[in-house]
Amino acid sequence: MDSPDDTVIELHDAAVRLGDRTLWSGVDVDVRSGEFVAVLGPNGVGKSTLVKVILGLLPLSAGSIRVLGGAPGSMNQQIGYLPQRRSFDPQLRIRGTDVVRLGLDGDRWGIPLPGGRRVSPRARAAATRVEEVIDLVDAAAYAGRPVGRLSGGEQQRLLIAQALASEPRLLLLDEPLDSLDLPNQSAVAALIARICEREGVTVLMVAHDVNPILSYLDRVVYIASGGAAVGTPAQVITGPTLTRLYDNPIEVLTTSDGRLVVVGQPEAPAHHADRHAP
Amino acid sequence: MTHVMSVASAGSLQPQPSWNLLEDVRQAFMYPFMVNAFRAGAIVAVLAGLIGWFMVLRRQTFAGHTLAIVGYPGAAGAVLVGISATYGLFAFASIAALVIGLVPNTGGRGYSEESAVTGTVQAFALACGFLFVTLYGGFLSGANALLFGSFLGITSDQVIALLLVALAAAAVLAVIARPLLFASIDPDVARARGVPVRGLSIGFLVLLGVAAAEVSQITGTLLVFALLVVPAATAQTWTTRPVLSVLLTVLIGVSVTWISLLVAYYSPYPIGFFLTTFAFAAYLISVGWRRLHTEERRAPLSVRA
Amino acid sequence: MSGSGTLLATGTGLTELFSHAFMVDALLAGVPIAALAGLVGYFMVLRSQIFTGDALSHAAFTGALGALAFGIDARLGLFTVTLAVAAGLGLLGNHGRADDVVIGTVFAWVLGLGVLALSVYASSYHATSNGAAGVTVLFGSIFGISSTQATLAAAIAFVLIGLMLGIARPLLFASLDQAIAAARGVPVRGLGVVFLLIVGATAAEATQAVGALLLLGLLAAPAGAAQRLTTRPYVGMTLAAALSMLAMVTGLLTSYLIPKVPPSFAILAVATLIYAATFLRRINYPSTGTNTAPSEQVDRPDRSHSGVPG
Repeated sequence: MDSPDDTVIELHDAAVRLGDRTLWSGVDVDVRSGEFVAVLGPNGVGKSTLVKVILGLLPLSAGSIRVLGGAPGSMNQQIGYLPQRRSFDPQLRIRGTDVVRLGLDGDRWGIPLPGGRRVSPRARAAATRVEEVIDLVDAAAYAGRPVGRLSGGEQQRLLIAQALASEPRLLLLDEPLDSLDLPNQSAVAALIARICEREGVTVLMVAHDVNPILSYLDRVVYIASGGAAVGTPAQVITGPTLTRLYDNPIEVLTTSDGRLVVVGQPEAPAHHADRHAP
Repeated sequence: MTHVMSVASAGSLQPQPSWNLLEDVRQAFMYPFMVNAFRAGAIVAVLAGLIGWFMVLRRQTFAGHTLAIVGYPGAAGAVLVGISATYGLFAFASIAALVIGLVPNTGGRGYSEESAVTGTVQAFALACGFLFVTLYGGFLSGANALLFGSFLGITSDQVIALLLVALAAAAVLAVIARPLLFASIDPDVARARGVPVRGLSIGFLVLLGVAAAEVSQITGTLLVFALLVVPAATAQTWTTRPVLSVLLTVLIGVSVTWISLLVAYYSPYPIGFFLTTFAFAAYLISVGWRRLHTEERRAPLSVRA
Repeated sequence: MSGSGTLLATGTGLTELFSHAFMVDALLAGVPIAALAGLVGYFMVLRSQIFTGDALSHAAFTGALGALAFGIDARLGLFTVTLAVAAGLGLLGNHGRADDVVIGTVFAWVLGLGVLALSVYASSYHATSNGAAGVTVLFGSIFGISSTQATLAAAIAFVLIGLMLGIARPLLFASLDQAIAAARGVPVRGLGVVFLLIVGATAAEATQAVGALLLLGLLAAPAGAAQRLTTRPYVGMTLAAALSMLAMVTGLLTSYLIPKVPPSFAILAVATLIYAATFLRRINYPSTGTNTAPSEQVDRPDRSHSGVPG
């Protein structure tokens, strides 16, 4: 599973500037194939911006980046993307299955032929894959219902299925656990970890709370105060490392049940540039 | 369609503007119907401004447009049956308001179903109006006045009727204004605090229907927008403070209406055109002005901590 | 020949119907236009762009009457103005969708222009030769369409249907999952503009069938009905087109049998009835904030003692 020379994402000395403000700079990240990596940091620091850079939706102001061996944006067909806070209109009358199917071939022109399943093996394979991936996320029970009627957790699973439908090599998730309650967070986190391991998909996940995914993480990219610290959780989420990053005294405490608490973090600046960046 | 909705075709001579404002106004006011038109116009503009302000805030412009249009078959049907067109106008607008408010169970956010219903209601209402008109035969010219607006032949009785309806509507609005504002901006919190959000929604739609019916008597059912939406949209580009914004809306509405009436008096073209043009011009100028000036003001703020 | 109920009962009634050129032409133009309207309308309801359709129908009115006022073929003005306005809307808005208030304002003015054009036209010499043109533009007169006009209208409709089928899948993707589709290379903005152009052209086409004021019904009602009847998108598209065609044919037949009833009214009445019928079966929409299964709660995780904040 772990082939060290198979680097999925490579960032060297990367920087992003929005307007006249530098979001972060001097960032060095190597994500290897099959890893489960989290991108952490306070609100507004530019975590979603990193995802957009990887997708090629935003250019770097400095440094270099290669994604799946190519320029960012060129290999997007092999990336499964889940943007932040996606929730469907409650009145939307489209089946979950069809939403997942779009992940497979939604970008192809034309429409699928009616009754194609009986005619073409390709159509059969597509339908099979959709069923497969819905099973993978344990959503088979409700995939036939209109998405608008499903709960947040159920919609999230279907969206993960959509991202996985085309068998991507990289899964980019932007705060997928954000609007879920605790039991759902751990369930979906476990699901993502399971997918990462079984399907051999590299997972890069933006999160604001590391605890649900802590035990599954290979590495962490912690962005703060214009820079980033990269390493294993044990290396990064420590008092000394974070103090250096924030240039302020930070303490990391462990609760009795193994959760991490970061204390002493300065108030994040009020602008949320990464939310509104194009 | 063999009509032109202005003084010119009414058989009298085309009045010539002297290009001296006071003189022109005096000349126009020699006719009692013009004086009435100005009064009616002011009443209608004020009511439209007040209700339109909320309508723009609540993003219900489509509903407002539809409710006005629905008045058309109401009026046509009323004439067909032999009663005054005005009753039909108001009745249909109110009923349609209830239908739109009650039928789709939107819960506030759902947009797609409500718009499909509204679009269907609008088209079907116009179709019915068309049916009534063809069945009735020679009513077409009156129907056009209803669709496109006319200010000819407004009697003092009609002005009084308009005033009474406007006062009643304004009174209701004054009572519900604060909870309505709350419910419009933050429905979930308002509901939690005991504000009857659903009831207010429906009540407001009925009020909107009444206002639209009222306004359409001057602007015609198709151009109710000009007075409901545009002054409010214009005012909201200048200020977001509620009281100031509402006052500005009313001011813009009345000004545009009076200017349009005066120009339409001296012109062979229908008032609906002038109303929309002047209102839209005011909107464009405001948006353009604000855009230019906010660019300048933004620069110093870019230095952030 | 008209209004006689016994004609329905006899087989010769129907063949007699087809011997009337005006009926054949009406069907020739009407059916493809209806299919197009249903298909396009499905996406409009999905994308919450019905209001834009309303605005474009106003543009259709203005365009047609403007052309008539200048003495040129109404269809020229019809297509030019609707396409121009559609393009403008698409380019002005974010990802091809503009704000309601802005749309409403601009289109109040466009309709005001139409009113001007109507009055100019009515008092011009063109009016004497064809005084009913205003009514035709507003409410359609499909029984008055000529064979050449009908054929052209049908041809255009088929081309547009083909185009719609071509973009249907990526448009669906872009409408449901905008950010994801964009990341996957779907030209979301471009598609939005192209779609609006198709809507504009559809409005222009439908004006010839049911008139500018009524075409919104043909776009909204069959699509609304289809969405209530199925949650499979491709089935929905087909159903919308089918219901629209049903309304068209039934409406035309009704108007043929009862000449007092104008065709555009009949068509719209059937479409509305079909849509209304779908309300008989209740669809329970979750209300905002409670679109959860009973076992789950959608609330923010408690962060007061959670781990790494941010």
